[in-house]
Amino acid sequence: MVEGIIFDIKRYAVHDGPGIRTTVFLQGCPLKCWWCHNPEGLRDWPNETFVKQSYAKSIGRVSVETIIQEIEKDLLFYEESGGGVTFSGGEPLVQHEFLRQSLAECKRRGIHTALDTTGYAPADIVQSIANAVDLFLYDLKLMDGELHEKYTGVSNSLIHENVKMLTANGNAMIVRVPLIPRITDTDDNLERLAEFVRELNGVNTIHFLPYHQTASQKYRRLQIENKMTDIHPPSEDEVNAVKNRFEKQGFLVKIGG
Amino acid sequence: MAARETAPERKEELREMARICERVPAHAPQTFWEALQYYWFVHVGVITELNPWDSFNPGRLDQHLYPFYRKDLEEGRLTEERARELLQAFWIKFNNHPAPPKVGVTAEESGTYTDFALINLGGVQADGSDGVNELTFLMLDVIEEMRLLQPSSMLQVSKKNPDRFIKRALKIIKTGFGQPSIFNTDAIVQELVRQGKRVEDARCGGASGCVESGAFGKEAYILTGYFNIPKIVELTLNNGFDPHTNKQLGLQTGDPCDFHSFDEFFTAFETQLRYFIDIKIQGNNLIDRLYAKYMPAPFLSLLIDDCIANGKDYHAGGARYNTSYIQGVGLGSVTDALTSIQYNVYDKKILTMPQLQELLRANFSHDREYRRRFLNETPKYGNDDDYADAVMRRIFEAYYNAVDGRPNVRGGCHRINLLPTTVHVYFGRVTGALPDGRLAREPLSEGISPVQGADRNGPTSVIKSAAKIDHIRTGGTLLNQKFTPQLLADDDGIAKLTHLIRTYFRLDGHHIQFNCVTAETLREAQKSPEKYRDLIVRVAGYSDYFVDLGEELQNEIIRRTEHAEF
Ligand code: SF4
Repeated sequence: MVEGIIFDIKRYAVHDGPGIRTTVFLQGCPLKCWWCHNPEGLRDWPNETFVKQSYAKSIGRVSVETIIQEIEKDLLFYEESGGGVTFSGGEPLVQHEFLRQSLAECKRRGIHTALDTTGYAPADIVQSIANAVDLFLYDLKLMDGELHEKYTGVSNSLIHENVKMLTANGNAMIVRVPLIPRITDTDDNLERLAEFVRELNGVNTIHFLPYHQTASQKYRRLQIENKMTDIHPPSEDEVNAVKNRFEKQGFLVKIGG
Repeated sequence: MAARETAPERKEELREMARICERVPAHAPQTFWEALQYYWFVHVGVITELNPWDSFNPGRLDQHLYPFYRKDLEEGRLTEERARELLQAFWIKFNNHPAPPKVGVTAEESGTYTDFALINLGGVQADGSDGVNELTFLMLDVIEEMRLLQPSSMLQVSKKNPDRFIKRALKIIKTGFGQPSIFNTDAIVQELVRQGKRVEDARCGGASGCVESGAFGKEAYILTGYFNIPKIVELTLNNGFDPHTNKQLGLQTGDPCDFHSFDEFFTAFETQLRYFIDIKIQGNNLIDRLYAKYMPAPFLSLLIDDCIANGKDYHAGGARYNTSYIQGVGLGSVTDALTSIQYNVYDKKILTMPQLQELLRANFSHDREYRRRFLNETPKYGNDDDYADAVMRRIFEAYYNAVDGRPNVRGGCHRINLLPTTVHVYFGRVTGALPDGRLAREPLSEGISPVQGADRNGPTSVIKSAAKIDHIRTGGTLLNQKFTPQLLADDDGIAKLTHLIRTYFRLDGHHIQFNCVTAETLREAQKSPEKYRDLIVRVAGYSDYFVDLGEELQNEIIRRTEHAEF
């Protein structure tokens, strides 16, 4: 079986989909968002020092079997709460072979699966895992192509095509949007976002994730440039304004996943 | 007073009080108010007689009062509001409870006198059906409004009870005063039945004091004292010699340097354990005989079934059931200590037994490396790690086998439970450094909770580890979890915590208690992060370990928590 590279596993994850979940963080991401709060997940191959050391966790290079064992530990909690596993990252599609096999093993065991993804991957790869995903947590950030490129390092066209394809095929989805003052939280971006999501088949739920500065310490430690030094978390009023705005348009809105 | 009173309403109220006090407890109560007054007279009687119960309490209050409540409502004698007020007055009586002075270790741990009255809500009825009623919710309102330390309160949660019952309680818990705690009725019933009680008696029972299971009104179950299990590791490491008192306290089970396997070490540990349990049981029997002879409790004997029928005093085995509990303390500490010996000395051969003995003798004073390994790179109980948890099970079996079923002199037997009250602090003070990296004199772990800061995989793994204990063969275990109120901020958070509790109970867990932490605790965690590695806080849309956060963010959360407090 293939091996994957995991930089964290979080049990009792309660903000990554329905119920009590285990979130598996896969290493590597093709994007470079200014606000990324998992900068340790960006490198393709983890330097051991970036991997949180913990005796009792299977972190680092792991087999599908190991990760499934880890996921199965909380089976009863998933059953009780309608939860399951969430694969997150980084961008989990980077390690698509490992992801595909892990998802398949979860499905075989009747475990609910969610995929927290940017959608930035070739369409055939996205398609190849879609059947084993019960719920997509699909990140949309900036609707404007140029701005998207500026703040994430990549164009959004592939991301938008994939999301249309997935929803057209009837995949269940929640859209997740990082809420960042002056970057994603602008009139123009929010308006275009609402328009875009309205056109998606069967998507009615949007989760806004307010920007927070938890990662600033990590940036310092990892000596990665932090471009967000003058951006502050949105105020409660700002967050509520966005919530109201989308609720008025008939969306189901949740703050913070 | 009534004669002098001019306000007609108050005059009438005083008259009614006088009438009730004339009537109960000589006659059976007929109304809600009479029932409350009846109980209070009984309570005062019990605690002034001898207070042998220490934690005497009205038990299943919502069950007992419900028929009176319904009848009074139907017959127009009572309104919900009036019942609420009477209950509030009842709560105040407990809070103003006459307090015998505390002395010695007990006084040092906490100056607050608590009588450990624990009011049980919910659970099942004698026929096994759902016991939650309107009065249950009314009492939860009273607990929330009064915010009193005494009486303490708890939820009995059966699989038959509705979720809304737990959710209502979590809304109180999140306000951060540690009440109510949550118990598994289905486990309690099984525990009591396993001890040989009738199923109806078990269903009408519950937990009193901290977490102790008992058949209310039919059982004399005595907590005979706490047992420092980690100390046994220290004694085994020193061939029965106690470095603290400089005396040969235990048996000479052999110099551990001569042991070739962990099994040999464990056998020595088990021999020491039995030796001290034997002493404990001899002492218990002596005390029981003294009580029976010199401290009869005739008033209490009137109240507890079958003292009268048996013609025997409560202290002499008159009750239907007669249990003696020995409370094991420090399960987390002893597990981690023995796990470290197995892992570092015998399995991985990181160091030798003489080296370990030397480190402990010196309280790790010249060492950095080994202690770091013990703390960070050795399996620990509380992480759903089968290596450590298997050691825990072995210790549990040893403790259980040493105690369970051994006769007391009241016609019953000894049983185990695992709870510390506050004695884990005192026991820590008389226990030297342990192989898990704990320094001498530091507190032991409490209840069945992991060692402070040893659990790093979140609450589901703590629950999984704790559920590897066979709770059904105990008479109560105590598990503490820390949460910040933000984690319970919305309905979603409350629902998920409800699922967490349900899962623990599905795994036969006995009790769980959520301490919503205060800003003060967070400040403490900032200063000594190594003790608070398990502390989870809600950061923004997500939760994280508090000690992993940057300082600025920690400060922000402290401010936020302060804000949310009362
Ligand atoms: S997509 Fe996510 S992991 Fe990748 S850079 Fe952006 S925020 Fe970081």
